[in-house]
Amino acid sequence: MNLQNILSEIEQTDPAVYDRLDTRRNTMKSFAKTSGKIALAALPLALGSMFQKAYASPTAPTDIIIDTLNFALTLEYLESNFYIRAVAAGIAPSGDAMSALTIIRDHENEHVIFLKSAISAAGGTPVSFTASSFDFTAKGTFPNVFSDWGTMLAVAQTFEDTGVRAYKGQAPNLISNNDYLTAALQIHSVEARHAAHIREMRKAANLLVPAGVDVKPWITLNQSGIATSAVQASYNGEENVTQAGVTITNIGGQKISASAASEAFDEPLTKDQIVAIVTPFFA
Amino acid sequence: MLNESKEEQPGLVYDGLAKPFSRRKFFGIMGAGAALMVTAAACKKSNPGNPGKGGVDLGTGDIGVLNYAYALEQLEAAFYIKVVASPFKNMSDMEKSYLADIRDHEIAHREFFKAALSTKAIQSLQVDFSSIDFSDRTSVLGTAKAFEDLGVSAYNGAGKLITNPDYLTLAGKIVSVEARHAAWIRDMIMVNSFADSTAVDMNGLDMQRSPNQVLSIAGVYLKTKVDASNLPTD
Repeated sequence: MNLQNILSEIEQTDPAVYDRLDTRRNTMKSFAKTSGKIALAALPLALGSMFQKAYASPTAPTDIIIDTLNFALTLEYLESNFYIRAVAAGIAPSGDAMSALTIIRDHENEHVIFLKSAISAAGGTPVSFTASSFDFTAKGTFPNVFSDWGTMLAVAQTFEDTGVRAYKGQAPNLISNNDYLTAALQIHSVEARHAAHIREMRKAANLLVPAGVDVKPWITLNQSGIATSAVQASYNGEENVTQAGVTITNIGGQKISASAASEAFDEPLTKDQIVAIVTPFFA
Repeated sequence: MLNESKEEQPGLVYDGLAKPFSRRKFFGIMGAGAALMVTAAACKKSNPGNPGKGGVDLGTGDIGVLNYAYALEQLEAAFYIKVVASPFKNMSDMEKSYLADIRDHEIAHREFFKAALSTKAIQSLQVDFSSIDFSDRTSVLGTAKAFEDLGVSAYNGAGKLITNPDYLTLAGKIVSVEARHAAWIRDMIMVNSFADSTAVDMNGLDMQRSPNQVLSIAGVYLKTKVDASNLPTD
């Protein structure tokens, strides 16, 4: 009896069998890990149980992947629509600043297109939003978001830093599928590049508030450099200096400040935390 | 410290070092597995094409992937320590400050992996920076850009090799900081190159590279040879 052959046979009629069973690699590893305790005669029983659960489960890995990708797509629609309006508003200084907004807008549009196609390929139905789905004043918190350059950049920074935290938090939900996980990581680091650049723009334009607060391309402690507590939830937790139980401040006898220790690691947020942050931006 | 499984099953492809798959229903479903599959999985693992045989063995499974990250962080930290200690001509105050920040971040990453891997950590690697002119801004920032982009692509490509979701999150915490570094350094070289077409493709995706691809590039700067042949490949 060769399990690989059995799975291959099933794959002929159900291409998603490996998704249902976790992935090919992890299926094999799970078998390997638990080996040695089962008699070959009992194997068919174990297999039957495995398939029954895989096909009956309402939260099979494929569903988790589609839900996760749709969550990512929702955030990409938010960002894409924001930058479309930001560019169209025409208040960015012409030249480098307008170019940067355009570069980022195009990436977010590409992310929307890519995720829609990935979700369809996975057998899911992509969520859909239009311009009227959004309220970028966040229910009046940022009334001048498309008429004041500083406000626009502050909202942009918050979206990018939040997006990085969102993808980071969702990555484990994609661990069973190499292709989707890798693609999500590839989007994640692009959002981080955007975040760094927007932060540079805010600093260069001297748009940091309150006075005395600095903003660097990386996140120092839980500082936003934005004078409204409305965005603080996007930065809370970034002050963390303990990773996997290891204290990073002055680690190994090196002179590493708490600021540097917090900057060196970006922190994830859960789906619920992200939803709470972005909900005001939906009409 | 990274968690280690209590189970020891020598010879298995699953190296027994990572935590159980807490998020995987499959593990719970299968009360047992087939000895047959051990052989099949082990065969699948062999990858004679890997370069670097005879160098420092990164190891297998998640620990191997973490050692791979540790090797790259050692390289980056060593580079920025030298950049800050011997500043290029006309380094601006902002450049001094930010390059010192980056040095500290990379030291923090290096020391984190060393502490977390503990007895499983590879040795300290010897670097070879003879091709870099540390007095020249173009040479230093060009190398920094290459290292940061390489680091981003390495973590992006290594994510799928990790089986423990907690380790995946740790890698994610680091890669976005490397991407922030890459963006700033690119902008210092040429404004608005933070995510240009040499870094981001037509789908808006950053680069990803396999360990072999990464180490063939990084190897130029490593005196100590690194052997990635036992790393997982998918």
